[in-house]
Amino acid sequence: MTAYIIRRVLWAIVILIMLTLLVFFSMRLLPGDPIIIYVGQSQGLIGMAPEALDKLRAEYGLDKPIMVQYFNWVGGIFRGDLGKSITYHDDVAKLMLKRFPITIYIGAITFVVATILGVLGGMFAALRRGKLADQIVTPLSYIGICIPIFWLGVLMIYAFGLKLHWLPTSGYTSPFKDFWMSTRQLVMPVICLAIADIAALSRQMRSSVLEVVRQDYIRTAWSKGLSERLIVIKHMLKNSLIPVITLMGFAIGMIFGGSVLIESVFNIPGMGRLMVTSIFAQDYVVVQACTLIFAIIVLVSNLVVDMSYGWLDPRIRYG
Amino acid sequence: MVTAPDTSTEFKEAPPRVSEWRRFRRVFFQRRIVILGLLVLLLLVFVAIFAAWLAPYSPYDQNMRGTLQQPNKAHLLGTDAIGRDTLSRLIYGTRTALIVGFTTVGIAVFAGILLGLIAGYFGGAINMIIMRIMDLLISFPMIILALFIAALLGGGIQNIIIALGIGSLPGYARVMHGLTLSIRENDYVMAERAMGSSNMRTMFSHILPNALPPMIVLITLQLGGIILAEAGLSYLGIGIKPPGAAWGAMVNDGYRYLLTNPMLSFAPGIAIMLVVFAFNLVGDGLRDALDPRLRGTL
Repeated sequence: MTAYIIRRVLWAIVILIMLTLLVFFSMRLLPGDPIIIYVGQSQGLIGMAPEALDKLRAEYGLDKPIMVQYFNWVGGIFRGDLGKSITYHDDVAKLMLKRFPITIYIGAITFVVATILGVLGGMFAALRRGKLADQIVTPLSYIGICIPIFWLGVLMIYAFGLKLHWLPTSGYTSPFKDFWMSTRQLVMPVICLAIADIAALSRQMRSSVLEVVRQDYIRTAWSKGLSERLIVIKHMLKNSLIPVITLMGFAIGMIFGGSVLIESVFNIPGMGRLMVTSIFAQDYVVVQACTLIFAIIVLVSNLVVDMSYGWLDPRIRYG
Repeated sequence: MVTAPDTSTEFKEAPPRVSEWRRFRRVFFQRRIVILGLLVLLLLVFVAIFAAWLAPYSPYDQNMRGTLQQPNKAHLLGTDAIGRDTLSRLIYGTRTALIVGFTTVGIAVFAGILLGLIAGYFGGAINMIIMRIMDLLISFPMIILALFIAALLGGGIQNIIIALGIGSLPGYARVMHGLTLSIRENDYVMAERAMGSSNMRTMFSHILPNALPPMIVLITLQLGGIILAEAGLSYLGIGIKPPGAAWGAMVNDGYRYLLTNPMLSFAPGIAIMLVVFAFNLVGDGLRDALDPRLRGTL
């Protein structure tokens, strides 16, 4: 187990290094002088004197060999230096520090909600197969994987925000400042982000439970007179979760990918929206940092998912 | 051919040989909902091809005197903020969605199958390099990778296709890699090798055809996902350049007039859902019909 964890962590580090290489070098694919990464629009550069350009290049270290530039960039990340944003005239790290917690907070709530509802929904649908619960959950899960989440957001804003006035239509408030307002504002974004994952997880959970119910050890459990509650929780739930866990790593990717859309729909000042606005502002340093951070979040969460297998399924020996 | 009746009692009658194609047809067309999905898809393809004839107006013509009309007889779904007919834009949007969907998946499938096949067949260092790069690409959420690529290359339909293609490629490569590994171990592959066939021949005329059924299911299900991703990107304003019609962008355009003209945002959303739903139905039907493990039960 320890050996497996060490190998898995080492592997994640290799991927991380490849990730930084990919992000760094694809930035150099930009047409024109690489200096535009740091100063934005290239129009301003055309009229510049060569000496001034050289000075600018030296300022950003662009006169050094490319590998040196790469290592400078990576070294900067370790020191918390992600470069400077041209639109916000501020350190990217500072921008991130404000937005990163918002995205993570919403993402974490969504993940918990999606997991609980997905697992429970799938389990009830399977245990009451063909009955009312199943007839509600199964079509709903179909809708959940087909609906464009940004459109669901627009629909909900129309229904619950503009027509019924139940919930605020947009914005974000810190839960420490005004917990009630913050929670009300989060209801719709969390539902939108969670819907696809609830659907995917409950579908997987349903078929997985239907598989487990047929197993010999469940019959054994019944025949030795265990209570239904014990069988469902201890034998069925735990065993049918294994394939569902695989999907959870994917679900986390979906949540953070979706945050780009949902933060734009609900006007939430998180990392997703920062990334979108920066693309339009051609603020490449910020785009680069956002891409890297999103990828790292997904990488780390997949690492955690992989490790939780061992806890659920002792048969996995991590050879 | 008429044969003498079998009089021996020692052997039970062998189960009748049902051709795989016949079983496919029976299972696939058995469920009404799958047929419905297929019909919806065919209809959408028809709409996309004949958009120019079906659309009542040009999707680009502005009419400043007739902006933001409610649905009426002349404009069945109303008009948008610059007086363009919503229904016509919806019809042209079908074209955008399907073109992006099919070309993206086409490119990703071609490259993914090739990479997965090569990695799985040859193994060793090639396998290591290819699959590790796939691991790397898969660690990005697809929409983030697409946004990043779009940020570098700029918007526009080709760049969206490239971005989504790169984003969905590792999925195909991984599945193809797994299939190749298991198919490679079959006796018929060994027999083919023993007869001295080349690597190319073994790969393309023995392994590939056997891997196709599960790939087809994956492709159909993925098409819905790609169309959702394209809609998402065009909602954000990255995608087909204005005045081109894309469903995601239409939802965003209508957002501002949600209270007065909700149809502007609702209609394209319903269209997106319909396409994705249809692809999923057909994909599920194909899975049931092509999965050899369900042979006998279905």
